[in-house]
Amino acid sequence: MNDLFSFDDYGRLLGLVHNSLIAAALLGVVGGLVGVFVQMRDMQFAVHGISELSFAGAAAALLLGINVSLGSVLGSVLAGALIGVLGVRARDRNSVIGVLMPFGLGLGVLFLALYKGRAANKFGLLTGQIVSVDTVQLGWLVSVSVVVLVGMAVIWRPLSFVSADPEVAAARGLPAGLLSLVFTLLLALAVSLAVQVVGALLVLSLLVTPAAAAFRVTASPVLAPLLSAAFAVVSAVGGILLALGGTIPISPFVTTISFVIYLVCRVVAARRLRRGWGSRTGATAGPTPATAPVPVSIP
Amino acid sequence: MSASAQSVLSARGAGVSFGDRVLWSGLDLDLAPGEFLAVLGPNGAGKSTLLKAVLGQQRLTAGELSVAGRPPGRGSRSVGYVPQQKSMDAATPLRARDLVALGLDGHRWGLGRRKAEDRRRIAEALDAVGATSYADAPIGLLSGGEQQRVRIAQALATDPEVLLCDEPLLSLDLGHQRAVSAIIDRRRREHGTGVVFVTHEINPVLDLVDRVLYIAGGQHRLGAPAEVLTSETLSDLYGTPVDVVTVRGRLVVVGTPDSAAGPCAHHDPPEPERRTPVRSAVGADR
Repeated sequence: MNDLFSFDDYGRLLGLVHNSLIAAALLGVVGGLVGVFVQMRDMQFAVHGISELSFAGAAAALLLGINVSLGSVLGSVLAGALIGVLGVRARDRNSVIGVLMPFGLGLGVLFLALYKGRAANKFGLLTGQIVSVDTVQLGWLVSVSVVVLVGMAVIWRPLSFVSADPEVAAARGLPAGLLSLVFTLLLALAVSLAVQVVGALLVLSLLVTPAAAAFRVTASPVLAPLLSAAFAVVSAVGGILLALGGTIPISPFVTTISFVIYLVCRVVAARRLRRGWGSRTGATAGPTPATAPVPVSIP
Repeated sequence: MSASAQSVLSARGAGVSFGDRVLWSGLDLDLAPGEFLAVLGPNGAGKSTLLKAVLGQQRLTAGELSVAGRPPGRGSRSVGYVPQQKSMDAATPLRARDLVALGLDGHRWGLGRRKAEDRRRIAEALDAVGATSYADAPIGLLSGGEQQRVRIAQALATDPEVLLCDEPLLSLDLGHQRAVSAIIDRRRREHGTGVVFVTHEINPVLDLVDRVLYIAGGQHRLGAPAEVLTSETLSDLYGTPVDVVTVRGRLVVVGTPDSAAGPCAHHDPPEPERRTPVRSAVGADR
């Protein structure tokens, strides 16, 4: 165990990963909040699809020697736009993603094969490279996060309406197509952030698992996003703090923490449901009992 | 014009057709405040399209329509809409109270805090449908009947002049059908809300209905239930002999060319044309 963990120089190490901790916390907030709608709109597969194209974009940037963050954002946004425009309905969307994803992944593999630089750079795109977040990259992460957070704040309420209750939202005149497109683009930006931190393969652990866990334990539209963001921050920051003491990369810590939180939430929810979550506070609200015998219907 | 000045919903020669296919045409209607209009007819006759036209989601291909004195517009607060009961996902992060709130301010951009007056309206709407005791329960954990009550509260939160209901009783048991219809009935009597009630089953609401609009095969009949729901009128509308009989106090339509007026019509294939005549009920309780 001592080969894997040693916390001797922990204080000094913390100073070195200062930027990474900020990036992880920010990503946790963004991922947790965006994840709420990933869950409500059943877009888990879209997250995965966008992350593969984000990976392709980052790999292309690596090969061309330009900013990897920019490449990742461009790949993501392109994927988000295609999914948003071509796949308005859920079934179309999944088939569009299923078509785009392997193509993007294939391109990414090609770019990496052509790249002659450090192998660690390649591996980082798939499994995360947060320890290496430098000040320039942090600037990127903060700017993109601010864009996503502001965008989400603006569309939050109409997007909730359209996601939970599409028919009545349409009857109220909400622009479902526009909201879907804008959300998909914001999701794409969030995914590109996550790709740079936890890597393309593990994005789901910050954009899907925390919200799924939060939805298990609360139905409050205020508490659910707060819990989801808190779970994601704990996973991301906790993953870095644990990984610092050892030689294992950050990703397995992040994914494990986020998975354990999910398991705990499931257990809590199961116990609450057994005790009658959502049961009525008064005894008078039952359905009006059918007083007359139900007439036999004609066969 | 005095009738249309007072009416909450009025149609003049209104019609919708898709290419050659006429759903309905020449519809003249004035819905008085507090009036309960049931819209009946087989699947695909254009009942839901009529609601869409009132909501401003479907353009008329002929005539005009006005809602609360204005042309139909998307997102009008004068119109409330209650859809079919569909079970919501158990993990939807909304409580009953939040669903009603979305009916009131779900279209607003930004995060702004809800005003005290809005919170009061939401509580009142929940109270009016008897949903106060489960106002804070997750919407996905409510029964179908409870969800429908909450949906009515949602539709009424903006205090609309017209309430549109699209099969609101479908898949509810008899007790809940009665409770939900009673809530709608009380609302229209106390607040003068005009009700347009699309249904396959007339029997649960037969005592409440002021007028019936029966649409079939591109034609329609409008009038009191006793005038429209007769063998003569429906035979004339369908162009084939149809019998309306009363069995144990319930109206049953026998011999329509399709069974779509029957209680299980939503399980039928989309185009049930020209099958052997089957007996169908305008509402049999399951």
